[in-house]
Amino acid sequence: MTATHTRPGMQLVPEGPGGERWILNYGPQHPATHTVFRMVLELDGERIVSSVTHVGYLHSGFEKLGEVLDYDQYVVIVDRMNYVSPIANGIAWHTACERLFGIEPTPRCKAIRTICAELARIQDHLLNVGVAGLDLGGFTAFLYGFNAREAIYDLFEQLSGSRFHTSYTRVGGVSMDMPDGWPANVKRFLRELPRALDDVEALLTKNRIFIERTRGIGYLSPEDAVAWGVTGPVARASGVRRDLRKDEPYLCYADNWDGRGSPAVDFKVPVSRLGDVYARYLIRLEEMRQSAHIIEQLIDNIPPGPVDVTDEKLPLPDKREVFFSIEGLIHHFERIMTNRGFRPPVGEAYGANETANGELGYYVVSDGGRCPYRARTRPPSFFQYQVFDRIVVGHQISDIPPILNSLNIIAAELDR
Amino acid sequence: MKAWGSSTSSVVQVLRDRFPEIDFAPGALRPDEAGPAAQIGVRVPADRLVEVMRFLRDDPRTRFEQLVDLTCVDYLNFPGARDRYGVIYSLLSITWNHRLWVKCFVNDPDPCVPSVCGVWKGAEWPEREVYDMFGIRFEGHPDLRRILTWEGFDAHPLRKDYPVTGRGERERFARVTRETA
Repeated sequence: MTATHTRPGMQLVPEGPGGERWILNYGPQHPATHTVFRMVLELDGERIVSSVTHVGYLHSGFEKLGEVLDYDQYVVIVDRMNYVSPIANGIAWHTACERLFGIEPTPRCKAIRTICAELARIQDHLLNVGVAGLDLGGFTAFLYGFNAREAIYDLFEQLSGSRFHTSYTRVGGVSMDMPDGWPANVKRFLRELPRALDDVEALLTKNRIFIERTRGIGYLSPEDAVAWGVTGPVARASGVRRDLRKDEPYLCYADNWDGRGSPAVDFKVPVSRLGDVYARYLIRLEEMRQSAHIIEQLIDNIPPGPVDVTDEKLPLPDKREVFFSIEGLIHHFERIMTNRGFRPPVGEAYGANETANGELGYYVVSDGGRCPYRARTRPPSFFQYQVFDRIVVGHQISDIPPILNSLNIIAAELDR
Repeated sequence: MKAWGSSTSSVVQVLRDRFPEIDFAPGALRPDEAGPAAQIGVRVPADRLVEVMRFLRDDPRTRFEQLVDLTCVDYLNFPGARDRYGVIYSLLSITWNHRLWVKCFVNDPDPCVPSVCGVWKGAEWPEREVYDMFGIRFEGHPDLRRILTWEGFDAHPLRKDYPVTGRGERERFARVTRETA
């Protein structure tokens, strides 16, 4: 191990004979870390004295690729960032793009995107809450969570054609309108979801082992959460009252979203003061119930009309138009040819969504060309993972998996 | 929550009153955008950066408690750009629910800006990432190492003069085509 693997001031060797401190390399390939994380731990017995995390094992140059793919193509890459809730990445990316292009999606598109964003939140939290049990040896809760996730995969398959990497959104719309009968399937899922949540809760929430392994573990104060750039459920579990859906409303979270005076969807933002692993678990459970409530309000009221913006030639035309009309075919070719394509204004824009992990933002710079000049991702995991070194101090090695999971670090989003 | 101070234009006024000698050149990020919803960016010279940032964080009228993002854009060959690197700070005030983008422009041969780790702790990793990807040095950073690429890597991949296909490893292997195989 070379000196570059530690932080300045960290002791690599015990202070002389009889020293109790020792160094343990944890990861990057470790079954308890779920993906590739590596940390160098300084230990006193089994107690962690200090920790240095190393990231970058999954770095794949996503932001560089964003500079050679156009505004629609890049959705395929952003899908692979937070792969636990892929569709939410696409919605956030196109929120930023539409901010840059200065266009507003149609009411129908907004409703579908909101439903998808909330399904993605449930999808993400179900895994996280299940894994909270799995990391402490409770495998069954994980299965209940994953079973419900399967139903969400089915819904996304019906919607976009792919179960996992949906690549569903487009600039000014979505790749295709929802199929007939999809709302009924969503409603069936919403009827089954509370049972899964109750099952998970019955196993964990009042489980003495679970509480003793999570209460007071990984405490993060609200001041630190703000100063370190932590957002989303982790910040709210520490008492930071901030949710982009309420504070900077977009899609159906804003009043008058359909232009006909519909009020914003009704939901509550759970906040806790505990700031530990247990609080993050409770916040995520409650957020899932609130998300289900949001979908219930929208699913019967998806406005009719076009799903893509029609007044500009921005979105790719519907496939039926491409195959069966000459205008659609010309429009399609105009859009995909490398010397035509998008004509965005020269400028910059920042668009952010409240995803399951926190504020997922994109800073898009355009020089007027077909592809973004710069496509910066503001990954919530990256900012959340910074605090790990600080909140893990004083705990035991076996507390690392629950803390890591409670921060919900997704390595592909962390390293991009 | 959204009472006084929720518009970013008043923040710009506060900044001008406090630092009359700095030309902030405030403007919308997207030039054709106007009105209260526009995202406002200001320029701050590198030598005054920490002072201005500390003021923005602490003043009760601005209160930018959170550094949401810190990134960089390489404006090489960008239409109308005068400086090469723009380090961009996205600030957020949770108290007033407003945002501000602060840009600090630096140039070759030694692009260097002061670190804001002392103002927001969360700047530590993003500054390392910008150092890694763009080669911009952050003066006063507690632990400035590469973060995403390996420590022996000698390029800065998000610079515009770095090819998308990469440099190094791949070039050392002959390209196999149907004829040479």
